[in-house]
Amino acid sequence: MPVPHTAFAPEAMSNRSLRAFLHGFPGVDEVGARARAQDLSTRSIKTTAKAEAIDLAIRMVDLTTLEGADTPGKVRSLCAKAVGPDPADRTVPRVGAVCVYPDMVATAVEALRGTGVAVASVATAFPSGRAPMEAKLADTRRAVADGAGEIDMVIDRGAFLSGDYLKVFEEIVAIKEACGAAHLKVILETGELATYDNVRRASHLAIRAGADFVKTSTGKVSPAATLPVTLVMLEAVRDHHAATGRRVGVKPAGGIRTTKDAIRNLVLVNEVVGPDWLTPALFRIGASSLLNDLLMQRTRLSTGTYPGPDYYTLD
Amino acid sequence: MIFEYAPAPESRSVVTLRETYELFVDGAFTPAESGEHLTVVNPADESELARVAVAGAADVDKAVTAARRAYDTVWSRMPGAERGKYLFRIARILQERSRELAVLESMDNGKPIKETRDVDLPLVAAHFFYYAGWADKLAHAGLGPDPRPLGVAAQVIPWNFPLLMLAWKIAPALATGNTVVLKPAETTPLTALAFAEICQEAELPPGVVNILTGAGETGRALVEHPGTDKVAFTGSTEVGRQIARAVAGTDKRATLELGGKGANIVYDDAAIDQAVEGIVSGIFFNQGHVCCAGSRLLVQESIAEELLPLLKTRISRLRLGDPLDKNTDIGAINSAEQLERIRELTDTGEAEGAERWSPVCDLPGSGYWFAPTILTGVSQAHRVAREEIFGPVLSVLTFRTPEEAVAKANNTPYGLSAGVWTEKGSRMLWTAERLRAGVVWSNTFNKFDPTSPFGGYKESGYGREGGRHGLEAYLG
Amino acid sequence: MAERRDTGKATRAATRATGEGAAPVRLAVRKTYKLYLGGAFPRSESGRSYPVTSADGRHLANAALASRKDARDAVATARKAFGGWSARTAYNRGQILYRVAEMMEGRRDQFAAQAVAAQGLSADEADRVVSAAIDRWVYYAGWTDKVAQVIGGANPVAGPYYNHSAPEPTGVVVVFAPPNAPLLGLTSVIAPVIATGNTTVVVASEKAPLAAIDLAEVLATSDLPGGVVNLLTGRVPELGPHLAAHADVDALDLTGAGEAAVEFEKAAAATLTRVLRPTPEADGGEEAWLDPDPGTSRMTPFLETKTVWHPIGT
Repeated sequence: MPVPHTAFAPEAMSNRSLRAFLHGFPGVDEVGARARAQDLSTRSIKTTAKAEAIDLAIRMVDLTTLEGADTPGKVRSLCAKAVGPDPADRTVPRVGAVCVYPDMVATAVEALRGTGVAVASVATAFPSGRAPMEAKLADTRRAVADGAGEIDMVIDRGAFLSGDYLKVFEEIVAIKEACGAAHLKVILETGELATYDNVRRASHLAIRAGADFVKTSTGKVSPAATLPVTLVMLEAVRDHHAATGRRVGVKPAGGIRTTKDAIRNLVLVNEVVGPDWLTPALFRIGASSLLNDLLMQRTRLSTGTYPGPDYYTLD
Repeated sequence: MIFEYAPAPESRSVVTLRETYELFVDGAFTPAESGEHLTVVNPADESELARVAVAGAADVDKAVTAARRAYDTVWSRMPGAERGKYLFRIARILQERSRELAVLESMDNGKPIKETRDVDLPLVAAHFFYYAGWADKLAHAGLGPDPRPLGVAAQVIPWNFPLLMLAWKIAPALATGNTVVLKPAETTPLTALAFAEICQEAELPPGVVNILTGAGETGRALVEHPGTDKVAFTGSTEVGRQIARAVAGTDKRATLELGGKGANIVYDDAAIDQAVEGIVSGIFFNQGHVCCAGSRLLVQESIAEELLPLLKTRISRLRLGDPLDKNTDIGAINSAEQLERIRELTDTGEAEGAERWSPVCDLPGSGYWFAPTILTGVSQAHRVAREEIFGPVLSVLTFRTPEEAVAKANNTPYGLSAGVWTEKGSRMLWTAERLRAGVVWSNTFNKFDPTSPFGGYKESGYGREGGRHGLEAYLG
Repeated sequence: MAERRDTGKATRAATRATGEGAAPVRLAVRKTYKLYLGGAFPRSESGRSYPVTSADGRHLANAALASRKDARDAVATARKAFGGWSARTAYNRGQILYRVAEMMEGRRDQFAAQAVAAQGLSADEADRVVSAAIDRWVYYAGWTDKVAQVIGGANPVAGPYYNHSAPEPTGVVVVFAPPNAPLLGLTSVIAPVIATGNTTVVVASEKAPLAAIDLAEVLATSDLPGGVVNLLTGRVPELGPHLAAHADVDALDLTGAGEAAVEFEKAAAATLTRVLRPTPEADGGEEAWLDPDPGTSRMTPFLETKTVWHPIGT
């Protein structure tokens, strides 16, 4: 869409030029955005479409553990689950990635070697992002050095909300550089940005700064990944693609617990940015408990009977 | 990978259709004196749904007599609180039977189940709830200390929102103490007949509501019957004129809800994604069979090139097909006749020089279908910019300044609805103030609510339905 | 009533120079009664006039006999004035209507004399009628900025939307003034129409049109913009059909349309022109219009309700 806006490259990067760039995007009407998301959430995905959607959703899951109590043992068992989500059914696809804290990257890499499941690491003083830049860079470099193929950084929401767009921008650029070949997902923490206008602007700021993915949330702040937020972010990547041809991914994370939630997200992708984005390369879902619900619904579809949670592994 | 939605049809089993429906007069289903019937078809596949009686002059007379008797002996004398309780009871039954009625409406009208389920039926019940509460509070309506009902109301409704238009007519009439004789549209009488059953189920006194099915002649006989005190009509401006003539020289009051050619003004600072949604719902909601449709898009020239591709992409994702499929966005055109009119006018637009665009769209083999269509390069002089198409066809015009936008929006004999899209509050209010239209949707479109008065300026008719204003049409 | 062609101003002025009572010390300067269009006082484009007599049959003056073309011009000028008048603040319209009352008060003797002459009222009756007419302007001056609050307001819709309804003027309203109540009746039908921002074309009482022109002189000196009120003197059967069928007329007040009311309502149907049918006081004399509180009943027929929606969000 906004070709005139995104085609404009701020020459001398400054808060003023970034502000002009970001505030040049059309506004988002909250009620209208919610209504659109609500309307799409009434899509009825049944039978074959549902089966297809469930397997796709499993492949898109970034199976996540981000707890203070995480241990190598916990991470290893999560990795096992990522590779073979349902021990009783080998037709179940692997998940997209396992997402852990930086100090667990080595453990995860070891556990997932040769499986094709990527290791993603949060970084930059996740979840608050409140640390000196040197610490954020060190955090990132260490995770990459330990073998993380994907880095999930958080933006400095304080800087964003205070209008210091340049600080946010430069941090992303610096982290992107530190990532090297690793993919960078930029967490906007939309629950703290509060408005959809901010979500749109932060998305474009991150995209402009080099993000490979924009991600909604850390999972530590409520609300996390709501459908309208994901909608607005999908619109941003759609518009960026229209303007530049570059494809940026989107990752809703936090609060997506049921198959229904996951399918609603897929419908959103399908109808907002189009089926090209229906691939784990461009859409991920950050979740932990979601996977078991997907597995249960998968069983329900193939057997016709309702399964119980005890038939699926906890992790 | 491409992820196709499998068919998700709503079950028809909730609907039980009779083979033949008679007239609902004086609380009972009664064969028409005329002995004639007409066949009601499902516009999505042209299958026969039922046969319904055609009311003739004698039937109209019987119904008016029954309504008069009910008015004199029961309804006008009943305390408002008791009348209100009947309406509350009807509202509850409508809620209880809403899935059945939604499916029936989709079968009869061709509109998507998504709309009947999420829009029509909830609004129908809400309308009865709203007016139920007025029945014992009329002295507070600002229409005098002791407002009186008018008597018997003759009501004629269209096919685009059959049950909703019935609710808009019957709920305020009954709340104010009038009795009614209502004629549903020729092509969509079935939910009105189901409503007749609901009146029985609610034990509404006989004669308070009478439903006469039939075509134009039945409507004319009803409107011209000397025994009524009020005519309420929703439909074409052409018939509206005839009714306005017919009531001249009588003591009857008339309210008319007629055609429109609504402008949807999109300024260059609009929240563009929501504007696109508003444009789409403005013209493709209910296949564009909406008198207040935003059928003229007025887009500021400076963003036209940006907006149109987005709009086209969005329209390409609309799903046209089986009205009962829960994922259908665009259903069937209601009748062969209406389809012909849409075709004719759209062809005219093209012949007059407009550029026509529709997404790649497979139309079902049977039934009445028309792909969503945009006509660009339309000017005010084109027929498609002036005449109501009443179908899924959007005419796109551009403007340069707010003054020009308002001037073009108002440059029509109609004045029912308009839309304004801008993120600037003062510009929104400036524009809304100048639009000569009864409903102005700013940063939204096609929203309805029982508390919100609806009705037009100029040739879009007169009187308001909904809200406190809607009582005025039924009180003297 | 006979119709005459205007054959020469000079002759006419000279031949009608005598009249009341004894030979005057000085010759009275009489008024030429003309139409009131767009703030000016033109003669009928047809050049016609007709004699107006008092209640007891004396010749009072000649009034302009408006033509179909005058009616057409009146609608055009009313339409032209509508945008500006309707855009005035309600407060400003109230100020102007109150100004009309002030100006009438200053000329009450003239209006009373006219009422005595034209209608044969007693001095007391005339005084009461003039007072009521002045007070009617004050009454509607007060309504201008209240009617929207009384009949409009916020609607509590079930969703995140701000929604309000407000009345707006219908547009150009043609008023057939009451035939037997040329001052108070006339005031009672004009004031509510313009109070809410409509502009109007008024067909004055055919047999007693002079008070209407006197009133026009007051309006012309009351800061009322030209074209808001346009006054035609002449015959309802001649002017009415054209006005009733005129596509640029938005509403009709048929109070003084008499037997033609039904025909006019039928003509109005062609363009869905709003119609106020003759009310019970239509044929009455001034006394029928004395109710000091007519309420909103003569305003609401010439108002449209506009409902505006807007989402509420951040």
